[in-house]
Amino acid sequence: MPERRHWMAILARASREELEAAWSSLESPPAYQWLRRPETGLAMVRARAGGGGAKFNLGEASITRCTLRTADAKTGVAYILGRDRRRAELAALFDALLQDETTRPRIERDVVFPLAARQAAASTNASRKAAATRVDFYTLVRGENP
Amino acid sequence: MYVAVKGGETAIANSWRLLAESRRGDPAVPELTLAQIAGQMPLAVARVMGEGSLYDPELAALAIKQAAGDLVEAIFLLRAYRTTLPRLAATQPIDTSRMQLQRRISAAFKDLPGGQVLGPTYDYTQRLLDFSLAADGVRPEAAVAAEPVSASMPRVTDLLGHEGLMQPESPAAGDPDPVDLTREPLDFPAGRDSRLQNLARGDEGFLLALGYSSQRGYSNSHPFAGEIRQGDVEVELVPEELGFAINIGDITVTECQMVNKFIGSEDTPPQFTRGYGLVFGGSERKAMAMALVDRSLRARELGEPVKSPSQDEEFVLYHSDNVEASGFVQHLKLPHYVDFQSELELIRKLRAEHARKDKAA
Repeated sequence: MPERRHWMAILARASREELEAAWSSLESPPAYQWLRRPETGLAMVRARAGGGGAKFNLGEASITRCTLRTADAKTGVAYILGRDRRRAELAALFDALLQDETTRPRIERDVVFPLAARQAAASTNASRKAAATRVDFYTLVRGENP
Repeated sequence: MYVAVKGGETAIANSWRLLAESRRGDPAVPELTLAQIAGQMPLAVARVMGEGSLYDPELAALAIKQAAGDLVEAIFLLRAYRTTLPRLAATQPIDTSRMQLQRRISAAFKDLPGGQVLGPTYDYTQRLLDFSLAADGVRPEAAVAAEPVSASMPRVTDLLGHEGLMQPESPAAGDPDPVDLTREPLDFPAGRDSRLQNLARGDEGFLLALGYSSQRGYSNSHPFAGEIRQGDVEVELVPEELGFAINIGDITVTECQMVNKFIGSEDTPPQFTRGYGLVFGGSERKAMAMALVDRSLRARELGEPVKSPSQDEEFVLYHSDNVEASGFVQHLKLPHYVDFQSELELIRKLRAEHARKDKAA
């Protein structure tokens, strides 16, 4: 499942505009039926005391999920942060297409890899801005020291 | 006690209309958009998400707009909204050691692996009003370093932990699911899981004052800001239809590890202990206050005398929630006419008796 985990993570971070553009560029978008229509609800976000200790409930986050089946009997699933049902629908559709050995290479090349590259670039850019604020404090020698 | 009253429908409807008009302000001035609030008031949005206990920047922006900037009212709106949504899942515990860092500092170690990263902070600003912001069209640009921050940034508390100087934090046997205060009542003595959930959604002002009191001597607290980090963490959950964990996006959090000296007890050698603060968004003051109060509330478990307000878990946990506090204080505005009438009669009777006694004397 590592490959599926990877593309689902990329799809979950894509904007609706990006997914719409990718969807409309498909030559033959598949027919599909709902197994679970897009539904918005809550996920309780958990954390650990001290970072690594006992679990506790930090607070909830809005999430949207859906499950669908394509005409080729591939089941696409999406769970994404936020309340955008269309974004969840598109993410589930691409998840289904990526499970199909015949469509996967093209979807990876045209959708997943460019999204991953854009996300990695945005993250590196943010991190380089943070890195520009890296500081080296030095302590001054106090009092009677020579 | 207040009693039900009837009437006033027109007055109430007109008060809503007046509220809407006054919230909108001068119609000649462009209306605020949610994107403007979410994008340009991220710290207000962070507070509303944290204390509203719902991570959703767009909804928090809507709540702030609707509440005309009253953040406690906005928190109330968000809390009310969350009750309309079904709970679909609980996430895997977020891993703050793998945070994509925007900021990471330590006041305890100057040379820590990965370095000190100031990030977007008000700490070193001069607190002089910047009149250039009163003009439009300022397009600030951040400096960009050649390399990103180090991918591996160990937590300071883990570094101390390697030497055995820091009391370890480890899951209880079997790593049980935590208490959920949104579904179960607060129970005393409260476990660390209840306390941390309560504090994470607690009022920043209340926790700030309590944390401050603990520093000023109202509890035996000698804290260092061991580490503060802010950034994005991945959120993972295991969908029922898949059976393996998937990544559903990132949220921004701020984490504070306060390091406190602990002189030890009969069975524990002297070591450092910690107070832990974790909040949604960039809410550093709240994370620090939470960590101070978390440490104070550990007094019982560490065998320290409990004698200050910040160590008293019933006092702290029962009064930290600003939705409850605001509701109870503001319910005093509701009609208490019958109650007050009886008090009025009682006072009149007592005054009459008092006057009679005076005359007799």
